[in-house]
Amino acid sequence: MSEIIPIGPYHPLQEEPEFFQLHVEGEKVTKLDIEIGYNHRGIEKLAESKSWDQVVFLVERICGICSTSHPAASVCAMEDLGGIEAPERAQYIRTIVAELERIHSHLLWLGLAGHFIGYNTVWMWAWKYREIVCDILDKMTGNRQSYAMFKVGGVRRDVLDDDIPAFKKMMDKLKPVLDMFKGAVIDDPVIHARTKGVGVLTKEQAVEYCVVGPTARPSGIAIDVRKDEPYFAYDWVDWDIVVLQEGDVFAKVACRILEMYESVKIIDQCFDKMKPGVVDLHVKELSPGEGIGRAEAPRGEVYHYCRSDGSNFPARYKVRAPSYVNIFSNEVAVIGEKVADAALILAAVDPCYCCTERMVVVDHEKNKERVLNSGDLIRLSHERTKEVRKALGV
Amino acid sequence: MSENLMTWKQIAKKIHDKYDDKILKWHEHNDNRIYVDIDPKDWIEFGRFLFDEFDTRFIIASALDTPWDGMEILYHFDFHNLPQVFSVRVFLKKPKLEIESMAPYIKATEWIEREMTELFGITFKNHPDMRHLLLPDDWPEGNYPLRRDQ
Amino acid sequence: MGIKLKALTKSPWVYHLSTGSCNNCDIEILDCLTPRYDLERFGIVLVGSPRHADALLVTGNMTQKCIPRAKEVYEQMPKPGVVIAIGTCSLGHGVFDGSYVMPKTVDEVLPVDIYIPGCPPKPEGIIAGVAKLLTMLRQKA
Repeated sequence: MSEIIPIGPYHPLQEEPEFFQLHVEGEKVTKLDIEIGYNHRGIEKLAESKSWDQVVFLVERICGICSTSHPAASVCAMEDLGGIEAPERAQYIRTIVAELERIHSHLLWLGLAGHFIGYNTVWMWAWKYREIVCDILDKMTGNRQSYAMFKVGGVRRDVLDDDIPAFKKMMDKLKPVLDMFKGAVIDDPVIHARTKGVGVLTKEQAVEYCVVGPTARPSGIAIDVRKDEPYFAYDWVDWDIVVLQEGDVFAKVACRILEMYESVKIIDQCFDKMKPGVVDLHVKELSPGEGIGRAEAPRGEVYHYCRSDGSNFPARYKVRAPSYVNIFSNEVAVIGEKVADAALILAAVDPCYCCTERMVVVDHEKNKERVLNSGDLIRLSHERTKEVRKALGV
Repeated sequence: MSENLMTWKQIAKKIHDKYDDKILKWHEHNDNRIYVDIDPKDWIEFGRFLFDEFDTRFIIASALDTPWDGMEILYHFDFHNLPQVFSVRVFLKKPKLEIESMAPYIKATEWIEREMTELFGITFKNHPDMRHLLLPDDWPEGNYPLRRDQ
Repeated sequence: MGIKLKALTKSPWVYHLSTGSCNNCDIEILDCLTPRYDLERFGIVLVGSPRHADALLVTGNMTQKCIPRAKEVYEQMPKPGVVIAIGTCSLGHGVFDGSYVMPKTVDEVLPVDIYIPGCPPKPEGIIAGVAKLLTMLRQKA
């Protein structure tokens, strides 16, 4: 007889509401039901009543953490529609903003994961150093979060050459931090015990669910929009994609940490290679047709499709966030795992939508419903960490 | 399993060779964007061929309500490590807005078909789990938000 | 009632509720707890259950699906409790105004005590708003 444990719709690890129902037998999970839609805001319909310029602002607010990735895919889609190519300097600036966002998003996730495992120090330090990235973005774009930098045909604001040395100095502060996290997280035996072999998504399953990003790459699938269909300045700089084979939570953590190193590489090269020039083509209209744009968000491939009938408003605007496919793969990743690990596995795909507060455990064996709130969930996970520590003698 | 060793030209030729009679229209917007129109009744065979033969990744499907008395569904595919996006378009004429579901064959289509049903009112025959995905369960029946007439 | 309110203003425990937001505001709220802004030195602690909360930090648009859950969370919060609406979305939908899944605004579902505008409001803004509210409550008590 199995228990059902709903996790949702509000939970501290995931920042957004979704509802997971875990069916368990004893301590092991046998099935997962996912209910989403709490965060559905009707953006595709809204986009049809906004002008092309306004659509870029609207899509920026689909997700706050990867807030440049949606405008990135949006301008790629519109530029694909109109056959427009943005100026070189604008492409470099776009790349820098996108990669800074990747670093800040990965640090954010790292902090939350640390908090959940019980390492609050990791949380505090990850978010403290995230502030460096937010400061650079604040100085460059005027805002810590929604940057409003992208537009069809270029970027809204130029980066002053005089500011670049200051940015590079701030970036230099970041490199030793990444080394510290790599040492603290990747070499820690307790984290190994809690995340290695846990929540494995095999390569076959990853292909079946068509997952993307740091959910696919740790399972051995080498896909990355920045390499497969280079946009912005990604094929003008040297960098490598990070692919691991194990597919467990540890691989997902390691993948994100290593990706941050690549992002730093990309940003440095962009600052060095940027030449003076225009940053905006002042595009005034888009011809009828259809366009597809893709960008690599910190969570995977973001896909935008737009259809124009020649007017100032999209006839259709389709958005697919990477979490749409990644969350669905949780269905198989969590089977056979313990309840205390389940929430960590669910969060390992870095869900980009609002989260869960309450877990309802339906105990089929005892035919009762147990309600676990988010505090209980974290407590369960911390207890598991204590057990692991004891077993390792750490 | 997910590395593509063929070039785009080879893939295109193979598709043409096998399905030339079923392809109603082949339009290349540019080097990386290809749109192919087929009849809805050929969708399952063609889609499965793309997924199995070339190990494509199913990206997503976009439906739209056209001013020409029907709905279009575009199914978008990606060929691993190639920049091309291959979109298969089917046109469903009102009032018979139905098509065979691909969910039993390609798992990744399950959620988007649920979404298209509740937002557009398209029926996917033989879909394994047709619950509401995004809209609340008490959403009024017959109210399809993304239709033009609503 | 007076003593409870006074105690609340000394060291309010807050519960964060997101009703269909993009996450920006939620991250800025969590940011307030991190070393740079450090809300905890004011005694403000983020709790994991509304039953332990004195204040509800609400973000997001109050999408239709979230309305019953939000009401439930509010009921669970022991009274007196305050509701703080953070971000432009919780004020009146912001860019999402006119969407088909947002029949009500946050203050039509929950009794909001203070609004903190911004998209997202900076952590300094959030702290200023919370401090203002606490001053208001102390004067009331």
